Amino acid sequence: MIGDIIGFIGGLAVTLKSTWREPVTAEYPESDKRLNLEERYMGFPALTWDGDVEEPYCTGCMVCIRECPTQCMTAEMKDNPLYPEESRRRKIVDTFEINLGRCIICGICVDVCSFDAIEMSHEHELSKYERNGNRVDLQSLISMGRSYQQKVGWEPKNPGKNRGTPQVEENSQSAINDAEVTDSRSGEPMEGDECPDL
Amino acid sequence: MQIHETENETDGSIDLMINMGPQHPSTHGVFRLVIWVDGERIIKSEPHIGYLHRGSEKICESEHYSQIVTLFDRMDYVGNLNSELAFCLATEKIMDVCVPERAEYIRVILCELNRVASHMLFYGVYGLDAGAMTPILYAFREREKIQNLFESVTGARMMHNYIRIGGVKENLPRDFQQRLHEVLEHLKRGIEECDALISKNEMFLARTKGVGAISGADAIDFGVTGPALRASGVVEDIRVTDPYSIYDRFDFNIPVGTYGDCWDRFYVRVEEMRESVKIIEQAARDLPEGDISAAVRRIVRPPKGEVFVRTESPRGDLAVFLVSDGTDTPYRVKVRAPSFANLQALEQMLQGAYLADAVLILGSIDLIMGEVDR
Ligand code: SF4
Ligand code: SF4
Repeated sequence: MIGDIIGFIGGLAVTLKSTWREPVTAEYPESDKRLNLEERYMGFPALTWDGDVEEPYCTGCMVCIRECPTQCMTAEMKDNPLYPEESRRRKIVDTFEINLGRCIICGICVDVCSFDAIEMSHEHELSKYERNGNRVDLQSLISMGRSYQQKVGWEPKNPGKNRGTPQVEENSQSAINDAEVTDSRSGEPMEGDECPDL
Repeated sequence: MQIHETENETDGSIDLMINMGPQHPSTHGVFRLVIWVDGERIIKSEPHIGYLHRGSEKICESEHYSQIVTLFDRMDYVGNLNSELAFCLATEKIMDVCVPERAEYIRVILCELNRVASHMLFYGVYGLDAGAMTPILYAFREREKIQNLFESVTGARMMHNYIRIGGVKENLPRDFQQRLHEVLEHLKRGIEECDALISKNEMFLARTKGVGAISGADAIDFGVTGPALRASGVVEDIRVTDPYSIYDRFDFNIPVGTYGDCWDRFYVRVEEMRESVKIIEQAARDLPEGDISAAVRRIVRPPKGEVFVRTESPRGDLAVFLVSDGTDTPYRVKVRAPSFANLQALEQMLQGAYLADAVLILGSIDLIMGEVDR
């Protein structure tokens, strides 16, 4: 009996103590209490921006579009008005759309792009009021990409080949324009993918 | 629950048909179980599946090999890396690719971590099934550490797409060993704590001991595999009996139960977490430097042929049968999902049990509906 009462008072004391304690949980949009994202965190894909020539890295070559398992992207290419004086890219992306509601964040598009033009950003909150609000166009993809680039100090993985600034050697120039005609469906190995034991 | 009444032909009493699910909170997904009870006893039961059927196996036939890995992620969505591994092993076998040592070790470390995470989830949810609220909080605390580690390695907490044909996607982050060490230290304490929390609890024992028992011979007949089979006293673990990847290099035990009841199925998993930690420690110690992926084309095009690969997923024998016709999409992918086979034994386990134990018995098989329906 006495033991029960002591136990009961002990229970009350615990409740009382936690009444004045700072809550451990946080309300959702409180930005200072968010968990930190890991460096490799994969959010939605975004297009990178080449600050040297003020144009996107993407040439609209459609490789990522064919490789995407959910077919959630579309793109069109056009002749680059800056070519050849200011940029080495002969073709440039004209329109690009990703239906982020359909994207499964698998990262395949990043793996297959030979131009370092697409990256998995840290963007992951995309609730929208409109029904098609998650169909993002070129402008928003680039702005997502630019803020990601700034946040992580992004550098192209293959700068010699993919920077858009015109260079003197012609070899790299042909590399950048040839890859866009390689058809991924044909199963031909892309450059650097040659496998000796197959 | 919907309730129907039918007259029992033999003695004229009334049998109740109870419809549990598909939206029942303790069916672990969308799963419908029709139960006929005579008083408190279950006399017959009938599982209905297919609510989560996405036709994954069929979709595989129209996707490239590298894209299929993402589909396997979504089959067993609690043991994703183990699922990915099964498909990659099958493709590598048909193409005769030799995976670099380092990649093999990375795979083993991550898969075993995934096994611990999966069993932790089972542990927590099983506590809920038995009416205990606390275990899930402890289980999630441990699981969260593993998920964070996954995020730092693969970039995702669940759908990793990290294990690729021929190796893994990218190298481990620089501070991986140190973080892994911290996680393991934490896990070892956590597993003991979780074990001490309910495994020997009198009320938990009373509810699970002797409930839903199935003999080893019956379990084999039903095709039960994994922890559910080992709980019935059968020593069968593909990592040991038919080793794949590099599992033959590690020293670990196969925990086995005695009676095949709910408690054995629960405790085998707790023991298995300890063994997994042992494997991870050995693998992390021996982790070699080197390549992380064999030279494989981006568009994989295996030669004509067929392979059958068995792996030990957290739920049992996950096997992939792959037929290639020499194009860049497979001709047929058949997945032998452990949950699906284990589910077949449910009727036997439920026979004669109390209605109140139905949830416990169902929970003890550790079903993942994404894998049952595919
Ligand atoms: S593969 Fe790269 S360059 Fe080509 S369309 Fe996609 S993002 Fe643009
Ligand atoms: S992340 Fe995957 S699903 Fe999303 S756009 Fe890229 S390839 Fe498609």
